Amino acid sequence: MAAPPTVTAAGPREITPGPASSFWTRMRGGDEFAYAITFASACAVLAITALLVLELYMNSGPSRAKFGWNFLFTQTWDPVADQYGALPFIYGTLVTSAVALIFGVPLGVGAAIFLAELAPPKISDGLTFLIELLAAVPSVIYGLLGIFVLVPILKQLEPAIRAVFGWTHLFTGPFYGVSLFSAGIVLSVMIVPFIISISREVIMAVPSDQREAALALGATKWESTWDIVVPFAFKGIMGSVFLALARSLGETMAVTMVVGNDPKIKASLFAPGYSIAAVIANEFTEATGQMYTSALIELALVLFALTVVINGMARVLVAAGDRGVKK
Amino acid sequence: MTAANPGTNFDSLLFRRKAVNIVMLSLTGFCTLIAAGTLVYILGYLFIHGASSLSWNFFTKLPTPVGETGGGMANAIVGSAKLLLLATMVGVPIGFLGGVYLAEFGGNKFAFIVRYVTDLLNGVPSIVIGIFAYTLIVLPQRHFSALAGGLALGVMMIPIAIRSTEEFLRSVPLSLREGSMALGASKAKSIWTVVIPAAKNGIMTGIMLNVARVAGETAPLLFTSFSNRYWSEGLSQPTAALPVMIFTYAIAPYEDWHQQAWAAGFVLLTLVLAINVIARFILSRNKHIAR
Repeated sequence: MAAPPTVTAAGPREITPGPASSFWTRMRGGDEFAYAITFASACAVLAITALLVLELYMNSGPSRAKFGWNFLFTQTWDPVADQYGALPFIYGTLVTSAVALIFGVPLGVGAAIFLAELAPPKISDGLTFLIELLAAVPSVIYGLLGIFVLVPILKQLEPAIRAVFGWTHLFTGPFYGVSLFSAGIVLSVMIVPFIISISREVIMAVPSDQREAALALGATKWESTWDIVVPFAFKGIMGSVFLALARSLGETMAVTMVVGNDPKIKASLFAPGYSIAAVIANEFTEATGQMYTSALIELALVLFALTVVINGMARVLVAAGDRGVKK
Repeated sequence: MTAANPGTNFDSLLFRRKAVNIVMLSLTGFCTLIAAGTLVYILGYLFIHGASSLSWNFFTKLPTPVGETGGGMANAIVGSAKLLLLATMVGVPIGFLGGVYLAEFGGNKFAFIVRYVTDLLNGVPSIVIGIFAYTLIVLPQRHFSALAGGLALGVMMIPIAIRSTEEFLRSVPLSLREGSMALGASKAKSIWTVVIPAAKNGIMTGIMLNVARVAGETAPLLFTSFSNRYWSEGLSQPTAALPVMIFTYAIAPYEDWHQQAWAAGFVLLTLVLAINVIARFILSRNKHIAR
């Protein structure tokens, strides 16, 4: 027997239209029409995304033609001389995101372990609800709090930070409050909710016989969690970290408000810096001249490529993690 | 006596393992405390600073010229509403119908590609979406407009509208579809009169959350709807929006403007969080009925 018609397939079309039924009579039946209109909407998504890439590519043409790949590796950003290099912005974007991950990942994974393994379900759900609300706070509000709350606090903590981390030589030079470090801290607060909510789900999906086996062999609660459950959920947790990374790379407002907006590469986290998204936000409306605008659009293209790659890796890892759990 | 040595070693090892256990587990609790404490701190700080700067003028008056105190952000509140309405008109129809396609007609290779691209679009930084709307509308027209801002926010709404619609339609049991089609309804008819009504609450809540998310977006508006210190008429003028006002007022050097930024931040956050709480409440109640 042939496969039975399923409702999930592309419509029950086993009624073959006779020669008299034209395209339009079939349309009036409704099914074809419903298919056509929803199919068109799905196509629209593809078209919009393709148009997005095309517009970025076309409009960055003059800059790409003039600077080529050197655009990515030179440091000069001089609108007056029409010389543009993206390196300071790429550096700032990567450094702020790295700082965000250094603080955000241990905090997020730690909290996820607590919420998934230790907290009673009701408390865990309540706290997760609160933490997920943090993800809904608009980024401009994080920026507002960054300027008026975090920066003064960091200024007070400056001697302590220098005393504790001075040996790394990462905290040299004067500190004005706005810096790569401040932006990284704001970003870490912003990405923690993402890491927590995904990691918690992944850890909770680990089969409980894994835990029981470890405990039955005499492992402590922490040993069963750290040596058995976390490795089991590792891919999913890494996926959440990559999603968080993609978000922090593209974050605009909060970074713009506290990063200091200075297009120079300095080997200190206390130095003001700049990020790709921040320079676009600050200079795009003031950009005069075709080359200036197209250089900024090329920066957007770089940022787009960066986040597409990181997001892609995140999806692969989360999907791989899901498959591992289902087995 | 020699036999006691391994015993004490064992004891000290056990002691160390138990100590590690307690220390590490407390650390994870501490992490949770910090994360949840941040939210309480943010809410508390905004409430204290924002509510004290808030006055009736904030909702009814236009911004005052530089140097004069007082004034409000009435134009930005109306502007935000206008932009969100435009965004909903762009994002929801495409997102909703696309979601219907994925849930009801999907399952083939094309649907896989659409899902993939939707995720890709969802990951695009908002500032890049802003540039897209700029090149599409502002550049040809040579002026900033509410239309461009609405388009930027609308494009941002599409991916989430698609995925939430698909998810809620898929949660409708197959038996409902089969029952409807067994009674002779066409597929389109059963989708329209049975499946979608069953998933209506979820889809509406998804749209609410989606609007709340783009309501706080600033970056895509900076060079699409730009800003405006006066009322904007129609769709073709630069338009003020609350998040953009917060940004410009926060980085300005005037103390009075900072107070206004706090007030605006308070209003925006209250709106966004209220929608989130209500939406989650509706969703959790729906789940109980479905089970």
